[in-house]
Formats: sequence, structure tokens, C-alpha cells
Amino acid sequence: MAIISRGFGGRRRESVPGLPPGQYLTHDFPVLSAGPTPRIPLDRWRFTIQTETGESTSWNWDEFTALPAEDYTVDIHCVTKWSKLGTTWRGVSLDTLMENVESAADYTMVHSFGGYTTNVPMEDLLDGKAWIAYKFDGEDLAPEHGGPARLVVPHLYFWKSAKWVNGIQLMNEDEPGFWEAAGYHMYGDPWLEQRYQGD
Amino acid sequence: MSDPDDRAPVEATTLDGNAMAGDLRELFAVDVTAARYKCAGCGHADAVATLMLWGAPTGRVARCPHCSDVVLRVVRAPDRVFLDLHGCVRLEVPLADS
Repeated sequence: MAIISRGFGGRRRESVPGLPPGQYLTHDFPVLSAGPTPRIPLDRWRFTIQTETGESTSWNWDEFTALPAEDYTVDIHCVTKWSKLGTTWRGVSLDTLMENVESAADYTMVHSFGGYTTNVPMEDLLDGKAWIAYKFDGEDLAPEHGGPARLVVPHLYFWKSAKWVNGIQLMNEDEPGFWEAAGYHMYGDPWLEQRYQGD
Repeated sequence: MSDPDDRAPVEATTLDGNAMAGDLRELFAVDVTAARYKCAGCGHADAVATLMLWGAPTGRVARCPHCSDVVLRVVRAPDRVFLDLHGCVRLEVPLADS
């Protein structure tokens, strides 16, 4: 009688709760950059939301950090297949930032210092699903991880969580951002493995 | 001023991408790093080999050394390669036998 054993190689990947298909766990925080790391002095930092009609609402660093902030713990999933579970952040919810912004736009383009962009549907930024974070693991967010502030939208692949964020443009039509224009998926759901166009 | 109706019949241009096979094979069978790019951002022109390369695991990003704008990007999926030339106005490829 043949006995097939998996041996003692540890738990299968898919048995780890919270780990999407095709991902592996890491305890590091890998740094992925598509260009030089911008160093933004806080007195020159500004975050602007521009609506589809051209109305702008913006905050400087002092105004931004005076807004009600939340401490939150989320799992993050990079399209290059690492996942990090239980990461802790402090930031301002997009619900708070959008509170006094009048818009009927369904799509957004997130913009960063250095020119990076990524598109995220409006509904994926609201209802407690996204934050502009300025602390990670209790410390000020380091420049290599997107400091002074980055978007964190953890239910999508982490390229959507733009580092060095400086604004969100609200749009009536969806448009590709930096990686999406180069072949990555327009939406990027890690649970559906939406890595590349056509996935 | 020419009348749009004077243009050649549409049939003369209804070729698909297969008709470019010879041209593209000639372009991409060569070492493209020897080709000269022209940056869409600042107009700087030099050999592709001189671009500043950022090798993020998500994809290769080649930036103009003059203005740091992105000139070309290569994304490798398991079954496909995407080449994005948004930031490149022109590629000038030297021919081997000229």
C-alpha cells in the first residue's frame, strides 16, 4: 500500500489565514522603487484633493496632522508575491478627507511627489478601506517606505498604496497610472490574483 | 488644400500588424541598448545603454539621465513581456550592414 506523505515541511501556503493565493509570508518590509526616493521637507509638503469639476481642497503638514487620525492594523500584499500580516499604521482615513469634498466621481488618480501615479476606484477609498498614513509601527514613516505620508489601501495589491503621496484627482473615467500603463492590472485584487492586464 | 475624399481608397491601408513583421524583426533582433532614444520629457538623446535603470521587482524602469523622466519600462509577466515606450519620442536603431 502506497503511503503518500507531505512530510514535515510546514503548513501549506494556502492554509495560512489571511494569505491570498500565490503569496508567501515575509517578516521584513521589502523596498520597491521605480525611481529616486524623494526627500520632502515637511514645510513644503502639501496634500490636495481635486474634484472632477476642478475644485481643490488641500492641507499643509500641520493642518493634515491635526485632523482626526486612526491607528489601524492591516495585512499588506505586494504583487511581487510577498505578504506581511498585521502591520500597524497611523493615518487619516479617506472618509475624513472626503467629508467636505463634493464629488460624484467614480474613479481617482493618486499622485505622488516624484511623478508616480496609480488609479483606484472611488469606492475602494471610502468606508474605512483607505488611509493616508504617516506612521508605521509607531515611528514616523521612513522615506524609503513612502514618508512623510503614503496611501494605504490594503485590500488591493500594494503598488496601489502610493508612496510619497501628494494628492488625489477625482475622475469620471478610469485611466491607468504608472504601473497600470506598463501592463499591470487596472484594479489589482490580490484574492483574485489580478496582477497583469487580462488576469 | 486637399479634399478628404481625394485620399487613397481605404483598401490600400487595410493591412494588419503581420505586414510589419519584417520591419519589427529587423528592429528587435538587434541589440536595442545600442539604439539612440529621444526623451519625450526633455528631448535629450543618447544610447539606450546610458539610461538610468531602476530594477524594481515589479518591472524595469529606465529614466533619462538628463531629466529623470521615465523613457521606457519593461514588465515581465510569466507568459508575456510588456514594453512601454510612453516616454520615448523616437528610437534610432543602427543597422548592422550600413
